[in-house]
Amino acid sequence: MEKFTVHKGLVVPLDRANVDTDAIIPKQFLKSIKRSGFGPNLFDAWRYLDTGEPGKPNEGRPLNPDFVLNKPQYRGASILLARENFGCGSSREHAPWALGDFGFRVVIAPSYADIFFNNCFQNGLLPIVLKATEVDRLFNDAAVNLGFQLLVDLSAQTVAYADDSHHFRFEVDVFRKFCLLNGLDDIGLTLRHTEQIKTFEEKRKLDQPWLF
Amino acid sequence: MNPQTLYDKLWQAHVVYAEDDGTTALYIDRHLVHEVTSPQAFEGLRLAGRKPWRVSSIVATADHNTPTDHWDEGIKDPISRIQVETLDENMRAVGSKAYFPFRDLRQGIVHVIGPENGATLPGMTVVCGDSHTSTHGAFGCLAFGIGTSEVEHVLATQTLLAKKTKNMLVSVDGTIPLGVTAKDIALAVIGRIGTAGGTGKSIEFAGSAIRALSMEGRMTLCNMAIEAGARAGMVAVDEVTINYLKGLPFAPSADVWDRAVAYWRTLHSDPDAHFDCVVRIDAAGILPQVTWGTSPEMVVTVEDRVPDPDKEKDATRREGMERALQYMGLKPNMPITDILIDKVFIGSCTNSRIEDLRAAATVVRGKRIAENVKLALVVPGSGLIKVQAEKEGLDRIFKDAGFEWREPGCSMCLAMNADRLEHGERCASTSNRNFEGRQGAGGRTHLVSPAMAAAAAIAGHFVDVRQWR
Ligand code: SF4
Repeated sequence: MEKFTVHKGLVVPLDRANVDTDAIIPKQFLKSIKRSGFGPNLFDAWRYLDTGEPGKPNEGRPLNPDFVLNKPQYRGASILLARENFGCGSSREHAPWALGDFGFRVVIAPSYADIFFNNCFQNGLLPIVLKATEVDRLFNDAAVNLGFQLLVDLSAQTVAYADDSHHFRFEVDVFRKFCLLNGLDDIGLTLRHTEQIKTFEEKRKLDQPWLF
Repeated sequence: MNPQTLYDKLWQAHVVYAEDDGTTALYIDRHLVHEVTSPQAFEGLRLAGRKPWRVSSIVATADHNTPTDHWDEGIKDPISRIQVETLDENMRAVGSKAYFPFRDLRQGIVHVIGPENGATLPGMTVVCGDSHTSTHGAFGCLAFGIGTSEVEHVLATQTLLAKKTKNMLVSVDGTIPLGVTAKDIALAVIGRIGTAGGTGKSIEFAGSAIRALSMEGRMTLCNMAIEAGARAGMVAVDEVTINYLKGLPFAPSADVWDRAVAYWRTLHSDPDAHFDCVVRIDAAGILPQVTWGTSPEMVVTVEDRVPDPDKEKDATRREGMERALQYMGLKPNMPITDILIDKVFIGSCTNSRIEDLRAAATVVRGKRIAENVKLALVVPGSGLIKVQAEKEGLDRIFKDAGFEWREPGCSMCLAMNADRLEHGERCASTSNRNFEGRQGAGGRTHLVSPAMAAAAAIAGHFVDVRQWR
């Protein structure tokens, strides 16, 4: 997994609540057996005016000029600003894969759906929770300042304006933070506890043999 | 000992170890696998040179991508076929407790086949790379939907890393009116607490109206817990649970049955257990529900009208409502019963069990679908349900009424196969999500109970099934 320490990037505001994973990556793209290549179809139904299909080339498809990701001023954005309950719906990890493949490293929202939130951490994508009032402020500033950038420092747990005029602090689990900062995947860490898992399993076999 | 909730008990029974910040490795008893979210996990495992920890925990099937007709012709879509074949290969290479491949008699939706085979048991932790894994909580187990990286983690370590959630109690007391079902309870709860109402929480459904539900009804309810944002949904074990399990293929055999049952009877919240959040609902006040928007919380009763965004004060919500109405092609204040439909879908892991099919068949018996209904699909949740329904003659009732009787699978719940809505088409659906494009790009979904969907098919528009004759 790619490490996450400090990230500075352009912010794109997606001003909708309850953005679901079907919207983030529509189901027809879930037929892939790969982890990569989903970026061009991120928000497919909102980004394009026609319907995308796996295997159909995306170059030349008609873009929806009103969708925020298509606006020239947000080209190259790597921080997605969103509203509450972002990533609700299906457990598809294709959602963070698509966001990451598109170039996002950070999502900022007042709240997330649980499974999506977990999935982000597994893929080096940092989902930051800020207070609704702070998110409001970011939406306002992103709307009026062309090229609005933020600096995210995971170790300090801060989101700062590029000119350092404002700072917001965010919370993150110690364990998640450690894994992201060091680019560690969970499996390797868990397997250090192999003996404990085996002992637990043996006891369980005795107590509840019908489970095995 | 302090009184514990059901969730506390289930959690505690599975803790292998915990980090200082509360991140806990939970032992996983049952791992359900399907073709869409597993290929990358098996590949990851192989690339890292790792072996699955305990293959006897795996029960797998192909459901999301499989066609529901012309099974003799196989899977025509080459990309879908590769995904299903990849699961076949992975199961061959790795092994499992049970694998019900495409066209197997016991194949079906992953959340249907687990319980009906007794592969879901009280006291278990159940995981699956699918959000509706919450369904299995109906059996008094702790069931989580997980992402593909977590699928790989469970394969490799037999554990899931998780943090304990808050405890939420949803108590539904009294008797639900005739014609009202578990689906209506689920939608009414979501309408009340919102799609993020359960975020960071595990919900226990309790109260006399829940106790009165069959296992099928409890599964429908727990299935939709995820639509309320909850990490898990569950119902305590009682006689209904135990009777359901008796004699199922993977249920405990005679020599350990009594021991198992004795343990299962402890799987309920203690009196005075502490819940962080309690919601009480009067069952008698729940009416048949119909969603009008693009989120399950956008729901009203069949007696209501489509809401008016002008009356909403919160700006983000108002914009959300306006966008939803535009997408759905609906006008504010129009009666729900005036909404004409194009298609009907009876199926999905929410409502494709035998009880659901019986309820729908009762409504359509001896009638014909309306002229304006282009397609009405009945898709049983599994091969076993299909066989049972045919034994009862339900297939005939549906076919005589103009419905199509299909092979089992997820079908038009998410439209990964050929069953889908075309742009602008409106559907009465017994599934669980009315998101934009969920049932096909540009498709419009109204979530309802099986009886309500069946009645809408006959009438051509929504009708109050309580007045059905
Ligand atoms: S029926 Fe629908 S919700 Fe259920 S597992 Fe299949 S696709 Fe998911």
